[in-house]
Amino acid sequence: MSVWIAIGVTAVGCYAVKLVGLLVPAGALERPLVKRLAALLPVALLAALTAQQTFADGRELVLDARLAGVAAAAVALLLRAPFLLVVAVAVVVTAGVRAMGG
Amino acid sequence: MDIAAGDGRKADAAVVRDALGVGVAVGLSGFAFGVTAAGSGLTLLQTCALSLLVFTGASQFALVGALAAGGNPLTAAAGAFFLGVRNAFYGLRLSQLLALPRAVRPFAAQWVIDETAAVALAQRGLRQVRIGFAVTGLSLYVLWNLTTLLGALGAEAIGDTDAWGLDAAGPAVFLALLAPMLKSGTERAVAGLAVLLGLGLLPVLPAGVPVLAAALAAPVVLWAEGRRQGGREER
Repeated sequence: MSVWIAIGVTAVGCYAVKLVGLLVPAGALERPLVKRLAALLPVALLAALTAQQTFADGRELVLDARLAGVAAAAVALLLRAPFLLVVAVAVVVTAGVRAMGG
Repeated sequence: MDIAAGDGRKADAAVVRDALGVGVAVGLSGFAFGVTAAGSGLTLLQTCALSLLVFTGASQFALVGALAAGGNPLTAAAGAFFLGVRNAFYGLRLSQLLALPRAVRPFAAQWVIDETAAVALAQRGLRQVRIGFAVTGLSLYVLWNLTTLLGALGAEAIGDTDAWGLDAAGPAVFLALLAPMLKSGTERAVAGLAVLLGLGLLPVLPAGVPVLAAALAAPVVLWAEGRRQGGREER
């Protein structure tokens, strides 16, 4: 049940912010500081999420095969690989390291 | 007249081609979401509901990750919501360019995301902007939901998704979304501080909360930057 609550709240919230952008008069959110903050907010969230999902096991920090996979994805990104390939590289390397007992 | 019409058709075809390219490439990654969500313990219906109703990838992955980590549903939803806030700013730009009648806007809103904004904002002229937005939105929405379903079904067939390394799909997706945003020192400072906060607070705060705390890296770095610039001007 709590999963459905989370899905419902997220769906309503995410739809609302999309609609707000289309409905509010131009200029309402155009203050430079607001725009800067809006651009930096996803940077902070995505960086924290990347780190947590690489190192977290419950509430502990661990080093395991995921780190090899995400590091491989970073290399793929530096080589300008397309999105889907980046994800595939992470998955394959993680599975490979884990199969070798990492 | 005929030449102009021919040019118009050619321009239309180019927009459709670009839009389909983005729509298909990103739409296919719904597969990664379907596998991740089902592998994190969500049911088939819950997984598909997320792609149909939320339809903004980073928020969907964030919600699934937070729920899998045992986060409170509202904390998990808050993290997903804050990631979705950027869509409001895409909407703001798009509403000027698309010039949609007010009655149409609630229907167009669901498609206001990174990819449709990127394609539409790159076009010139009302007709091309509208074609870019509509073709990207439609192809991406259809494919993203289809591949979510296939991914969720696939994960159920696979069983232990961790053994296949699929738990690395989530962080790889976040990293791929993050990488193009790291344009200057400010972005890198925000990312670095957010990583420290997100990992450092993980053992001490309830699940899902450290990500929200890490979001504070954005205003903190902006404030520090403002102070530094203010100091320079005084000198």
